[in-house]
Amino acid sequence: MNRLILILPLVGFLALSGLLYSGIGKDPSVLPSALIDRPAPDFAVPELLEPTRTVGKADWLGKPYLLNVWASWCGACQIEHQVITDIAQSGVVPVYGLNWKDERSEALRWLDHFGNPYAAIAHDPENEVGIDFGVYGAPETFLIDAQGHVRFKHVGPLTEKILNEQIIPILNEVGGG
Amino acid sequence: MKRLILIIMLGLVALPTAAVELIEFDSPEQEQRFRELATELRCLVCQNQSLADSDAGLAKDLRDEVLRLMREGLSDEEIKTYLAARYGDFVLYRPPVKPATWALWFGPFVLLLIAVAALLYTIRRRSTAEELVADPDQKELDRRIEEEQP
Repeated sequence: MNRLILILPLVGFLALSGLLYSGIGKDPSVLPSALIDRPAPDFAVPELLEPTRTVGKADWLGKPYLLNVWASWCGACQIEHQVITDIAQSGVVPVYGLNWKDERSEALRWLDHFGNPYAAIAHDPENEVGIDFGVYGAPETFLIDAQGHVRFKHVGPLTEKILNEQIIPILNEVGGG
Repeated sequence: MKRLILIIMLGLVALPTAAVELIEFDSPEQEQRFRELATELRCLVCQNQSLADSDAGLAKDLRDEVLRLMREGLSDEEIKTYLAARYGDFVLYRPPVKPATWALWFGPFVLLLIAVAALLYTIRRRSTAEELVADPDQKELDRRIEEEQP
């Protein structure tokens, strides 16, 4: 009994070490989404390229898709642009854009310069859709299933690794693609 | 005259530089409520600042949203629930008590209990040890008895 108590500090130390070790490499600025497995917020806003047309959740139901939050002022959006373009061209999953807190003219210039990979782009200059989605920075990418439920959210530039290791498995699970 | 100019200039330096922009409040009570609520909510971009302190664009949007909801007649609790449903509990400086946050809320008290228990144990052991020190033979005897007992 006495010996057991002697090793208690060691056990405590190891437990604390384990806890701290599990935090290494985690980015504290990446927050989990409160929307996972819940219905995506409903929205209908002007399309960026054709402002007379509204686009929104109702138009995109029936098939899983990625909703990519981007802006022309967002440097990291340029980093992920090639990955977004590759996904859109491969046809693995449709990619829609949410142009967030951005000027229309700036956004159009950005698309002219880098290319437009999106099937359609919802324009949200006043952060109305963004707040409902809990967007706190760009880029962010949501995976929404055919029933309109949010299944996955990635904060920061999308990479091929995240596509292959996290998005594709969920797509297979929800029967999309 | 020079002194007056100096006083005015010093006064300019001391102008408050808080991040709250000019907002037209309907009443002083509303302003008070808004300021209290904004300090209870966390800015998500600059995570160690409240919505009241932060100059980030998103913090401004969220302040506007809080004000809009207040004008719609929502209670403080409803506004917090509204934001937490979108941004998660992280947006609240005081996270709700639920299984995922038990360690956060009760962990310190558990650690305190363990520490007090360890302290009591050590004190009791020391006092018995001191009693026994008077008679080294008795101490040795006790030790052997204790070792024999499983």
